[in-house]
Amino acid sequence: MRTAKEKFIEKLILFCGLASIFFVVLIFLFLLKEGISVFKTVSPGDFLCGKKWYPISEPAQLGILPLILGSLLVTLGAAVISIPMGVACAIYITELAPAKIKEILKSGIELLAAIPSVVLGFVGMITLVPWIKNIFHLPTGLTALTGAIMLAFMAMPTIVSIAEDALYSVPKSYREGAFALGATHWQVIHRVILPAAASGILEAVMLGLGRVIGETMAVMMITGNAAIMPHSIFQPVRTLTATIAAEMGEAVVGSEHYFALFAIGIVLFVISFAINVTADLFLHRKTK
Amino acid sequence: MSNAERTQKIAFFFIFLAAFLIVVPVGLIVAIIIQKGLPAITWQFLTDVPRQGMRAGGIFPAIVGTVYLVIGAIIFALPIGVMAAIYLSEYARDNFLTRMIKLAIVNLAGVPSVVYGLFGLALFVVFFKFGASILSGSLTLGIMILPIIITTSREALESVPHSFREASCSLGASKWQTVRYIILPNSIAGILTGTILGIGRAAGETAPILFTVAAFYLPQLPQSIFDQAMALPYHLYVISTQVPNVDEKIRYGTALVLLALVLFMNLVAIIIRYKFRKQKKW
Amino acid sequence: MVEIVVKELDIWFGAVHALRGVNMEIASKEILSIIGPASSGKTTFLRTLNRLNELDVTFKMKGSVELTGLDIKKIEAEHLRKKVGMVFALPLPLPLSIFDNVAYGPKVHGVKNKQKQQEIVEKALKQAYLWDEVKDRLGTSAFKLSGGQQQRLCIARTLAVEPEVILFDEPCSGLDPISTAKVEEAMLMLKANYTLILVTNNVKQAARVGDKTAFFLSGELIEIDRTDKMFTTPHDKRTDDYIRGKFG
Repeated sequence: MRTAKEKFIEKLILFCGLASIFFVVLIFLFLLKEGISVFKTVSPGDFLCGKKWYPISEPAQLGILPLILGSLLVTLGAAVISIPMGVACAIYITELAPAKIKEILKSGIELLAAIPSVVLGFVGMITLVPWIKNIFHLPTGLTALTGAIMLAFMAMPTIVSIAEDALYSVPKSYREGAFALGATHWQVIHRVILPAAASGILEAVMLGLGRVIGETMAVMMITGNAAIMPHSIFQPVRTLTATIAAEMGEAVVGSEHYFALFAIGIVLFVISFAINVTADLFLHRKTK
Repeated sequence: MSNAERTQKIAFFFIFLAAFLIVVPVGLIVAIIIQKGLPAITWQFLTDVPRQGMRAGGIFPAIVGTVYLVIGAIIFALPIGVMAAIYLSEYARDNFLTRMIKLAIVNLAGVPSVVYGLFGLALFVVFFKFGASILSGSLTLGIMILPIIITTSREALESVPHSFREASCSLGASKWQTVRYIILPNSIAGILTGTILGIGRAAGETAPILFTVAAFYLPQLPQSIFDQAMALPYHLYVISTQVPNVDEKIRYGTALVLLALVLFMNLVAIIIRYKFRKQKKW
Repeated sequence: MVEIVVKELDIWFGAVHALRGVNMEIASKEILSIIGPASSGKTTFLRTLNRLNELDVTFKMKGSVELTGLDIKKIEAEHLRKKVGMVFALPLPLPLSIFDNVAYGPKVHGVKNKQKQQEIVEKALKQAYLWDEVKDRLGTSAFKLSGGQQQRLCIARTLAVEPEVILFDEPCSGLDPISTAKVEEAMLMLKANYTLILVTNNVKQAARVGDKTAFFLSGELIEIDRTDKMFTTPHDKRTDDYIRGKFG
């Protein structure tokens, strides 16, 4: 009984199924449409490698290298902290924790994932920023290090939950075989389970880094936002995301500054696209 | 004690330390916000407009703005998301197109929130000329939460046993009838969970609404979907970084209201999931 | 009268060749039993008749199946499945009430009138020997019934759409002997009005209820004959071996 109504609904379902592809393409096209104009005044090379970001001076200097390095520095810092801690936490949950503690840990991490980034930024401003200032005797606590610590914290839910899935999916027979040979629990974990779960853990790391690079509000609130070439992790830096968020409000629609901020958006979109495609490849290798 | 055992002790200590260092701050953050924010929560704080350049008064317009935005986002994202999930779980074949759709969903989930803001600005505010308005903000947030709704709905649909589909088809029901009468009613709890998680996410995001809707200071309530509005997360950002000399109490109070709203949504989602698991019929 | 004609039927699932060159005629208002060892193609054959195999995306088919002279590929799948009902190996009630399970088929085929639905449900449940056991609790979930009751509910559900042919896919494999006897009794009664095709692992069951019996092995139809002849003087040695329990 295929009525016309049913056919219409099925068309609609197909249409909505394609919506995700449509939106991804649409986002890219509109970023491109608004961002590409900036390359009339500045070459892509100068844009990406220029060391000066003075968008409102006359003439404007639109080099985003300090911003890229700012993002990289913060991301690297966050990675150094969050990858070992996140994977260790996942190991603790899957291998060592008693059932009760496991539940507490998992709810805690779910809770962390739910806290809005602006709230974390606010708490970071009030607690973490003064701590960093006092501990390292710095003129300001708004530094790359502060941002890295906060971002590492924010990447934890992604890294822990995906790494946890990867560790759980290692077949039982692997560990039983290793235990049968007289290995200690730790030897089993780091010689058998971790290598077997490697591609899943890599996926966790990739997606965690994706989260870090894209994070905006908390980073803007605690890294100091100085658009200068960073020399040390104890200095204020400004990331790509924070630049857009902080400056778009003042940029005039259709101005060079406006186009440049969209061009930064293109850079961010391409980075997140690359990260997600790579993570997807790990995932597919895992299932094969 | 042998060497291997000593290594194990040290390794396990660090593993435990890592887990401890992740979870304890979470508890502390929530505890600090509740402890310092609770004294600010009065009936007046929740129902009054901000006064004296947001240094006094309440946060009512921001609460209302966030509620409007979230409702708008859900109206847009729920039907599209659920139908996309139906497509993936019931109609899609294992081919290149399906792989591309799945990849697009992953990418949509990974696009930085501030890039959504840019996109919303370019498409809704400038191109469609909606201006900075509740409409623009809702649509932007709606696209942002689409992957959450698709993914959770799809899981819910696929958890309905395949045999029900066969039984329904064997009675001559069409695919859509099977979906409509058998699959959807049995996955409604999962879809609801996804929707509520999406609401929580939309309520807490700031970057996508920065240039699409958010008003710095707007003491009256929005009159139509083409008006600007205040929103809780943006208000928290403003009073904690842009306005000097705001009483700590007001900042913490605002943070508490936002946090409570988001955590309440998550709690509801968890309760639904739990209840559903208990009374599952098969 | 001949109800179903199968000609040169070949079926693949991906690279697996599930049925090879099957030819068969199935008479109407009879019970045909299909026997054979596991993965011999019995169930695949059965699911071809209502085109249920098509739910599997790797399915490919050659040859033809005609239902009362009409090629089933030319009949709309939903319409065909209304004419050719099916009862599955395990009781498979839908997650609905007892009433709604039986009324589901008529509803999707456009019976909106509540009065009419009630009549259909009562008639179908009576035909499946279930009415007396459930008439006081039609509103409760079908999952509250016992396994045997669930299976008879599935038969009632199939009857409610008034099919011409009913396919039984090892309907008693999950049931105890008493429930099995009840299902078999229902099948023998149904023979008067319907064409029944029964796939079974149980050779004795085939002998008890089948007018004709067909033997499948490795995707081929080895032989088909009257049940009494098949069980006393089979033509093929392999049939003889299987019936005597030498393999399978």
